[in-house]
Amino acid sequence: MASKPIVSDEYQYGFNDGDVGVLKFNRGLRRETVEEISRIKKEPKWMLDFRLHALDVFMKKPMPNWGGNLSTLNFDEIVYYVKPSENQGRTWDDVPQAIKDTFERLGIPEAERKFLAGVSAQYESEVVYHSIRDDLKEKGIIFTDTDSALREYPELFREYFGTVIPPEDNKFAALNSAVWSGGSFVYIPKGVKTDIPLQAYFRINSENMGQFERTLIIAEDDAFGHYVEGCTAPIYSSESLHSAVVEIIVKDRARMRYTTVQNWAPNVYNLVTKRAVAYQDATMEWVDGNIGSKLTMKYPSVYMVGEGAKGMVLSIAVAGKGQHQDTGSKMIHAAPHTTSTIVSKSISQHGGKTTYRGLVHFAPDAAESKANVKCDTLIMDDESTSDTIPYSEVSNANVEMEHEATVTKVSEEALFYLTSRGLSEEEATRMIVMGFIEPFTRELPMEFAVEMNRLIKFEMEGAIG
Amino acid sequence: MSTPVLEISDLHMRIDEKQILKGLTLTIKGGEIHAVMGPNGTGKTSLAQCLMGHPRYQITGGSVRLDGQDMLAMKPDERARHGLFLAMQYPSEISGVTTANFLRAAINARREDGSSISLKEFRDRLDEVMRYLDMDPKFANRYLNEGFSGGEKKRNEILQMLMLKPRIAILDEIDSGLDIDAIKVVSKGVNSLKGADFGALIITHYQRILDYVRPDFVHIMVDGTIVKSGGPELALELDKKGYEWVRTELAQSTNQA
Repeated sequence: MASKPIVSDEYQYGFNDGDVGVLKFNRGLRRETVEEISRIKKEPKWMLDFRLHALDVFMKKPMPNWGGNLSTLNFDEIVYYVKPSENQGRTWDDVPQAIKDTFERLGIPEAERKFLAGVSAQYESEVVYHSIRDDLKEKGIIFTDTDSALREYPELFREYFGTVIPPEDNKFAALNSAVWSGGSFVYIPKGVKTDIPLQAYFRINSENMGQFERTLIIAEDDAFGHYVEGCTAPIYSSESLHSAVVEIIVKDRARMRYTTVQNWAPNVYNLVTKRAVAYQDATMEWVDGNIGSKLTMKYPSVYMVGEGAKGMVLSIAVAGKGQHQDTGSKMIHAAPHTTSTIVSKSISQHGGKTTYRGLVHFAPDAAESKANVKCDTLIMDDESTSDTIPYSEVSNANVEMEHEATVTKVSEEALFYLTSRGLSEEEATRMIVMGFIEPFTRELPMEFAVEMNRLIKFEMEGAIG
Repeated sequence: MSTPVLEISDLHMRIDEKQILKGLTLTIKGGEIHAVMGPNGTGKTSLAQCLMGHPRYQITGGSVRLDGQDMLAMKPDERARHGLFLAMQYPSEISGVTTANFLRAAINARREDGSSISLKEFRDRLDEVMRYLDMDPKFANRYLNEGFSGGEKKRNEILQMLMLKPRIAILDEIDSGLDIDAIKVVSKGVNSLKGADFGALIITHYQRILDYVRPDFVHIMVDGTIVKSGGPELALELDKKGYEWVRTELAQSTNQA
């Protein structure tokens, strides 16, 4: 039953564009690597110091001994910096043709014309194209790449950078802090609201490339914003590494949503630290989709430090052959009347493995807080596996915690029902899968949802044909 | 289109080691309404599901042909595309898939030329059928059977039947758990398809629905086979004389046979 894969080995975005970089480092990570990145970027001394400190932390920290299998990840084989073009494009015409062709194939300019407030496109280590709608600029919204933000808004930048996720947090956050390049910087001033998304697109092209973008988002009091990102990479025989850090600060009564659909090639290690701090009555929402990659370890977190803060994570993970999605969330209730919701949906097939790993922490100050965790797993065949590992730490007796986990297989009865109406078994299976992830796709911006549906459909067809 | 003919001939079927059907023969033609009645546990639902091709059942003998084509060699979706339909006693709940999207996909799957029904044509037809069945338009956007009451599920089966326009429909206890108003609506749906290009097999425990959908033939099924066939008067006789009496009577006639 249901033997057709949802995510095939035929990865849709697996084409590569040849070697287009204008500057590419040798493999491996040394002190000089970090110094050279900082020098090329003409960074202030404090940033170089920050990087070098982070490098020390990275070198000292052991590899995590939990989560997925990291034993085949060789840091000496990775290229830590690739500069794809001399200058960042402000108009699409400025972008080098080969890179432009890639993003055209990925549908980026079309998406921008249709519905986006601003677009950022990162290729290898640098953002190659950037634009924001004039009306949003006039409202004071800053949407730029992180390197430009360091140059153009040095004080604002320094005030927040590295405050949510310090290098000491974990080995990969330290690595990112040492060699970070690119990423998005978003600043939404007090009271400014925008519901059209700001979008970034990250593309790895080179073999053994390490992409270490660094994103920093600040929503001031009563602000509202939505940031969306997508990711792809070509398929090579050896591994690439994507290790991002995303820091988000959501101030009083502000609301921020961060949506990502990561569709990495099956040889990419995707080891990402994402964390938000939510102040009084603020709301932080992570909508997090993980398709592809060799191993993803990602646990978007919300630290609810202000009374009445809310955190939400809605995630899907799809693991196919040879893939492990170790994903989940951390919700830290550090103030009274805080509320968190985790909805995790995972699909494993063709020997793939999904793990939900989550932590809900109620600090002593978290009186009258509530957490709700729901994990649903769909297992497509007998070779595939799934684990649910929920942790909770409760230091306040006056809290409410609900946890619900379901594991289902595509049932014979459901398939019989749908096929009895004329749908083929493939169509019926796909319909059940799409229905299963519908609570996720429903939350995506329309175009993203269409893309998501198309992606799953395409990859199933690719697998069959 | 020609008048459909479903021929079930000497059908033997089992689940695991248990023999369920023991040589069942029945022919349903376009323009005819057949009712199969019988006590619980006699294999009525198994018959319905195995005609549609549920993988649980093993066919151990006999044949099922629709217009001369071997149904037993086909998967459920192929049978459906040949015009067979089963209104199920316990339809599955499919989370995240709206009734409308499902129906549209099902209609498209049955189109031989691979074209899709236009959204407008589909919506118009759906609205029309739902009005006919006194269904709330919101129904179309609810997830398929999820959280539906028993009556809503049955109505939804009839909605699907009217939308898909099968040539032969099997209705498995479509009346169970329904109040009289719902039975009337369901019956109205079945009656609306009546004609030379449509035949139906109504499987039921009770005579009640046959007041509203007049059968041309009534069959009594006991222990995996049809033991007695007649006209509508047979159902009335069952109704008049009571089910327990009939059970005894049928047991005797089985013995005589």
